[in-house]
Amino acid sequence: MNTASHTPAAVPPASAESASRASVMTRPGADAVKVKGWLRAHKWLLLRRLSQLGILALFMFGPWFGLWIVKGNLSSSLTLGVLPLTDPYLLLQSIAAGQVPYKEALLGGGIVAAFYLLLGGRLFCSWVCPVNMVTDAAAWLRRRLGIKGGKVPSEYTRYWLLGLTVLASALTGSIAWEWVNPVSMLHRGLIFGFGLSWGIVLSVFLYDLLFASRGWCGHVCPMGAFYGVLNSAALIRVTADKRSGCDDCMDCFAVCPEPQVIRPALKAVAQDHPLILDKDCTSCGRCIDVCGKDVFRLTTRFDRSES
Amino acid sequence: MLALGVGLYGAEASARPAEAIRPPGALPEQDFLAACVRCGLCVRDCPFDTLKLSELGDNVATGTPFFEGRKVPCEMCDDIPCVKACPTGALDRELTDIGKARMGLAVLIDQETCLNFLGLRCDVCYRVCPVIDQAITLELVHNPRSDRHAMLLPTVHSEHCTGCGKCEHSCVLPEAAIKVLPHKLAQGKSAEHYRKGWVEKEAAGGSLIGEQHQLPMRGLEDRKYGDTRVAPGYVPPSDAPVKPGGIDSGWKP
Repeated sequence: MNTASHTPAAVPPASAESASRASVMTRPGADAVKVKGWLRAHKWLLLRRLSQLGILALFMFGPWFGLWIVKGNLSSSLTLGVLPLTDPYLLLQSIAAGQVPYKEALLGGGIVAAFYLLLGGRLFCSWVCPVNMVTDAAAWLRRRLGIKGGKVPSEYTRYWLLGLTVLASALTGSIAWEWVNPVSMLHRGLIFGFGLSWGIVLSVFLYDLLFASRGWCGHVCPMGAFYGVLNSAALIRVTADKRSGCDDCMDCFAVCPEPQVIRPALKAVAQDHPLILDKDCTSCGRCIDVCGKDVFRLTTRFDRSES
Repeated sequence: MLALGVGLYGAEASARPAEAIRPPGALPEQDFLAACVRCGLCVRDCPFDTLKLSELGDNVATGTPFFEGRKVPCEMCDDIPCVKACPTGALDRELTDIGKARMGLAVLIDQETCLNFLGLRCDVCYRVCPVIDQAITLELVHNPRSDRHAMLLPTVHSEHCTGCGKCEHSCVLPEAAIKVLPHKLAQGKSAEHYRKGWVEKEAAGGSLIGEQHQLPMRGLEDRKYGDTRVAPGYVPPSDAPVKPGGIDSGWKP
């Protein structure tokens, strides 16, 4: 395994570094666990799982216990019989397909769009979307198994796909992305029953595991791209305000589902302030967790301070 | 490549003949697929658990609501809660009278097994029909097999049938002889130019092409024109010796 053990007299510094790099790639955040303790090194991850599972539970209480807090699913729902919420991406496709939805759906879509436009669209991806747990699991297993390679599509694929799904909706006169959307298939499957939809969810898992690191959520999903557009003026943002303390351990890059967003803020590439303003950042907070030096924290987009 | 795949899959999926019976008030299938966001709120508000969301493999657009009358038919609630629940208008709120719902059309699809067609008096589909005597009537016809009995044939009328599926649900056969089908499968369509002479005649209050000569039919001169029914006792001209049939056959049990 370790070539260094055969030559204990002179460990070449380069190989020691590469060995530690390798451990970063399989177990990022080990340093943070040592420094901050397991709980603090998983704080945002746990909060996120709590949010994802909590929201799912609100939908499940009805079918499981007859406690109808939220009816429906993420596509459209009614909370406590008064609050309509509808996925604006679905509405966009429906309107493109030539339908004018009722005001309940438009109101629901408006509320959802306003919420995410204000706080940050991709909060949906990391704090609500059930597929996040699937792709996070794939990414975790991929790191653990040391699976390398594959072919990652361009991160702009999703934006092309976003445009194409709207175009396809207009051309076919149906809500095009719903024929395949693993997000709604998983969520609806959990609440109403899967049929063979689990196959689509499984293929997303296998795609991320074997073919493309963070392939689905980070490169392909047009729903994520739609919420990415809503993320352009996100209020909630991650800042690398203690970037002077960064020791280049690379843990944040290893766990980040959108690693390209970190560099400008952390290394002051093409910007001075330490705020991650890239619309692809999902504000998942995993970088905050795994950083042993507490470089990152959650703040607002107006906080450009650096300490 | 992916987009192409998605497009083909979508086109293929929507090209499949729609066999799903949609909830009341559903828009025509193509519009329905553009409007339904597959949220399941109609399913949740259906008090009889009639509706369900299709799962991948059900051969119905995944996630869209449908029901199978043979399993759980639509109870035709007066307040139509499923339509009220729909946030997008895929179920049209113009529908306020459930009697005007057209979810599908019942078709007595198998005349070889239907008990009434065999000459029995099953009548179950007729009895359970919520629009009895309008959507399904029993039509009295002569039973040619026994030649002495009547058959009461359940007959569906498209102008009244809502497609609720009660008839299909209650058909006593192991496989229902009467089935609710989507209109596209159940109905033909007359050509635009097609006119029914008798309808036009009645509408115009008389023949549009003048009085017609009625050519005599040999042996039926005393009958009304067009009446070619054979009366009991009528013996067709033949060389073979004739045994009287029907009520005059002399048959005894």
